[in-house]
Amino acid sequence: MTSTTTETSTGTGAGETLVGPAGITVSSTEFLATVAARELAGKRRVFAGVGLPTLAVDLAMRTVEPDIQLVYESGVCGAHPEGMAEGIADSVLVSGAEAVVNLQALFGYVLQGGHVDVGFLGAAQVDRWGSLNTSVIGDWQRPTVRLPGSGGAADIMPNARECITVLRRHDPGAFPAELDFCTSPSPVRARDLDPRAVPPGHGVSTVITPLAVLRRPDRFGELELAQVHPGVTVDQVRAATGWDLAVADEVSVTPWPREEDVRLLREEIDTVRLYLR
Amino acid sequence: MSEVKVTGLAEAIAEHVEDGMTVALEGFGHLIPFAAAHEIIRQGRRDLTLCRMTPDLVADQMIAAGCVRKLVASFFASGSAGSLHELRRRIERADPEPLEVEEYSHYGMYGRYQAAAAGLPFFPLKSYAGSDLPALNPQIRKVADPYGGPDVHVVPALAPDVTVVHAQRADRFGNVQVWGIVGAIQEVAYAARKVIVTVEEVVDDEVVRSDPNRTLVPAHAVDAVVHCPGGAHPSYVQGHYDRDNAFYREWTAISKDPQLLRSWLQEWVHELPDREAYLERLGEERWQRNAVGERLSGQVDYGRRSA
Repeated sequence: MTSTTTETSTGTGAGETLVGPAGITVSSTEFLATVAARELAGKRRVFAGVGLPTLAVDLAMRTVEPDIQLVYESGVCGAHPEGMAEGIADSVLVSGAEAVVNLQALFGYVLQGGHVDVGFLGAAQVDRWGSLNTSVIGDWQRPTVRLPGSGGAADIMPNARECITVLRRHDPGAFPAELDFCTSPSPVRARDLDPRAVPPGHGVSTVITPLAVLRRPDRFGELELAQVHPGVTVDQVRAATGWDLAVADEVSVTPWPREEDVRLLREEIDTVRLYLR
Repeated sequence: MSEVKVTGLAEAIAEHVEDGMTVALEGFGHLIPFAAAHEIIRQGRRDLTLCRMTPDLVADQMIAAGCVRKLVASFFASGSAGSLHELRRRIERADPEPLEVEEYSHYGMYGRYQAAAAGLPFFPLKSYAGSDLPALNPQIRKVADPYGGPDVHVVPALAPDVTVVHAQRADRFGNVQVWGIVGAIQEVAYAARKVIVTVEEVVDDEVVRSDPNRTLVPAHAVDAVVHCPGGAHPSYVQGHYDRDNAFYREWTAISKDPQLLRSWLQEWVHELPDREAYLERLGEERWQRNAVGERLSGQVDYGRRSA
């Protein structure tokens, strides 16, 4: 362990401050955005959402992968925003973009036609197969919490080559044995219902949390613990997960964000502190 | 000679929108027809089935004002404002009344408009295999592929009684031109029985005909054209004004408190006669905060036969 963290192991997320080597102070959001950005190395067409994914794709384009083509569910393909987008339909994504297409072209041809490499999806709950809940917590008809629902998520999950999910918390509530509702299914669920109708996508390949990075290398396999953040142990991650989480043969330690990553996020990407806070 | 369809907003809503109707207000994060929604609220329409892919603040306002019995949608939050609290109160606690919800994914919702626009009974898509959405919403079904492939999920056509959309410009006949994010505007217009379009500008016929590819909805699909500058605020109109993101963030606090929400509706909708008065109350300074600079498109040459 080369560094100390403040309460990373509690699994509570946003707003927390982590102190890295050489005394670099990093917020939980900055940490997650940096980890997510590194995952985009070698990826081309990325279906980006708002919030953390906005930070991650921008940082990736300035560091590991300048050739990312940004696709938004509003129909913008090849966005070149001159400022940070506040939403997937922001005018700043349209001005100067390579294409703005209608929604049949976007959902039908670009997405269902198989042109998206990575979809970025948020979730309130993730299960062991990488199925996601973004609909309700509690009873379907009278939920404790009404979440945003699918939006494009249930369309992205089956059709993007792979999906990356970032969660701001890691505890058994967010990683339950059973989802309260499955909005966007893993191909495992689709196969169980009808082996002939398995969608082309891998489903969730990577889950990034405040504690760790989970990966699902096999399209029909389970998530496994592949990477722990500095100061976090394998046992802590397993205890914070609502099922018996598999552990990869080799578990690596997530590298700290570089000083340059943090500088880019603060001074060039989110200068108004909209998402960083 | 085509029919001139320019009319006032109050007249258009009074003529076409009736209690109990299925009404679609589209605009995918762009060109959201707020002025028309406020007029529907002012005229006290009730028991509407409101269709919108992304309900947004506009649905929260219409629901709070008591116009909506049922919401048909594919996203139940606002991208940057977060939760829509009136909507959540209705769904989570039936407070003050329950709200019926019919839920799809974006592509499903959009496919419903496409099917209706083309006069087809349903729309097939690759989404939903393994999802709980079909169990929640029995309108999402599966059909056998008559060509021997696996069963495919389908969603039913959605034909609104009335569609309301906002656009940059139209001519007096209702040829509607849009640029930027087009969302479901064309599909939902063709899907509906009646179509009301509010626009930033009513332009000369020649302006439209100088660039026919820019026409998203031709006049034959439009019933009323309303000149309504600023009609999409607090959402935006590409090239005219930007989204009032500050207002979107303020909405969280307003919608969280039912009392505050009621007084907001009183002050910004019921007490005002029209959008002009709304913009006046908003004030020049606030308006200027969302002003946009110029970024002109290039020109294309459509050519003209010379012989």
